[in-house]
Amino acid sequence: MSGFWREYAENRIALLALLVVAVLVGAALGAPWIAPQDPYDLAGLDLMDARRPPGHVGSGGYVHLLGTDAQGRDLFSAILYGLRISLQMGLVAGAVAMSIGALLGILAAQAGGWVETAIMRVVDLQLSFPAILLALVLVAVLGQGKTQLVIALVAAQYAYFARTAYGAASAERRKDYVEAAAATPLSTARIVLRHVLPNVMPPLIVVGTVQVANAISLEATLSFLGLGLPPTEPSLGMLIANGFQYMMSGRTWISVYPGIALIVLIIAINLVGDQLRDQTNPRLRR
Amino acid sequence: MTGLVVAEGLTRRFDPRLSLGDRIAALLGAAVETRPVRAVTDVSFVVRQGETLGLVGESGCGKSTLGRMVAGILPPTSGTVRIGGAPVMRGGRKTTTRIQTVFQDPFASLNPRRRIGKIISEGPLAHGLVTRARVPAFVAEWLARVGLDPAVATRFPHQFSGGQRQRVAIARALAMKPDILVCDEPVASLDVSIQAQILNLFLELREALGLTCLFISHDLSVVRHVSHRVAIMYLGRIVEVGPAAQVYAAPRHPYTRALLDSVPRLRLDDAAVSFRPIAGELPSPLAPPPGCAFHPRCPRASERCRRERPELAASAEEAAVACHHPHEDPVA
Repeated sequence: MSGFWREYAENRIALLALLVVAVLVGAALGAPWIAPQDPYDLAGLDLMDARRPPGHVGSGGYVHLLGTDAQGRDLFSAILYGLRISLQMGLVAGAVAMSIGALLGILAAQAGGWVETAIMRVVDLQLSFPAILLALVLVAVLGQGKTQLVIALVAAQYAYFARTAYGAASAERRKDYVEAAAATPLSTARIVLRHVLPNVMPPLIVVGTVQVANAISLEATLSFLGLGLPPTEPSLGMLIANGFQYMMSGRTWISVYPGIALIVLIIAINLVGDQLRDQTNPRLRR
Repeated sequence: MTGLVVAEGLTRRFDPRLSLGDRIAALLGAAVETRPVRAVTDVSFVVRQGETLGLVGESGCGKSTLGRMVAGILPPTSGTVRIGGAPVMRGGRKTTTRIQTVFQDPFASLNPRRRIGKIISEGPLAHGLVTRARVPAFVAEWLARVGLDPAVATRFPHQFSGGQRQRVAIARALAMKPDILVCDEPVASLDVSIQAQILNLFLELREALGLTCLFISHDLSVVRHVSHRVAIMYLGRIVEVGPAAQVYAAPRHPYTRALLDSVPRLRLDDAAVSFRPIAGELPSPLAPPPGCAFHPRCPRASERCRRERPELAASAEEAAVACHHPHEDPVA
């Protein structure tokens, strides 16, 4: 474990990325204490403060570091709360998709026969068209809301986890230690949960890291298109969408700052995921 | 026919797993292999209480497949394995803990993510052979018995050498308190110097625990060292079986003789290395030759060998050979 960490720390960029992720997660968690304003409290918004540039001192008596949006929300506060929602959606959707995907993938590898064929053909079919298409259709059908959004994100992403889990599990299942467990004999449930699953986890965690970033960007895309969360609780994607109409009027900050926050978050998570992938892939080891 | 382990008519076929595309291609006449592999065909033998039966053969002769069927890992296509009258497998699942296995590669047979103590205690705990409270003492006892420091129970397999891992694997198998141990090439992947240590450990524990063993190896000298009786396999069948001393001293099947002659030996008289490789190659188990499977490589083959397969004389006998023209009976 310490060796793993030392190797990770050797990559300065990955280390920086991890730091950025930690800071952003910390900021999201601490939003209620850090943010000068509660952007969800509509009564606390003053339209007199709307569309003010960064540095403006508003009616609340504090500096709007990143300016305000069309409703007079402090953008810095809105971004912190938006990060919260984006991370929440990404992590919940990623975790649920990972659980479902791992379950299906391992089940397919373990059961074999027509179960394997059925599950993996559906997964292949789904991987063959863009995730956003499926998410769009689902959100359109299910309607808006956090639960519906998570369902759409999970449906769009579980297939990646299922593929990974299936590949890893079918490789692990053929190894002698699984045969040794079956020869004891131990129950199939125990073999799958205690022997196969722990050895399937490393590739899943790597895919999971990248998929959390993908879920966040998918959520942002859906929100930008107006199919995400209700506008009263803006995520990063919706903040960008809200500011988009003012881009041509020179009030670029309304879109640009949430955009930067989103890009930094996604890139940092991806860099961490890439490093984890490189470190767990024996073929890339020095 | 009495024996602790009785194998009757064991056959294992492996059918190729064809995808839909392969099947269509095969129908259209593409070169897709659709024939099953006959790894083991109609093998019967017994292992008596307290005895070690050595199973010898070239790579690919089906000895590991046979071992896996005896150990209850692989269900036979047909035939049965019984231990004291009770079948080892029922409905594709192993139903007994009386037979345990030591695998060839200790780098693959230990779960890399489990600690040694867990590896040894998992089976006994799951089968109620030890109480949870007794586990640390139980693990320490077994580690000591296989010559490891009891303090290593908290380590992971990758922290051990091949020989040490094989000791752990032996402890894992024996902690299940089996009556019978199947050793599938237990020293083949170890350094020669380590092989002797592991073999001695095996012999020591076999005596102490009164184990009955099926010892599989391609190494003739290893098998001679540990076995009371040996069975020689060729292309999925047993071709000769008999007391180890007798088979080694006076092999009756031409294949056994050729196999023994093919072992490189240092000869003291002319200080030269002498051995005779067996002519030809092992035929494909996809299309075994008609008649005696060994006839294309056999110096004694006749027309009869090409047509008619020789049966192994009733396996109840002490020694038996499946050959139309065996070398003469040893002088009693």
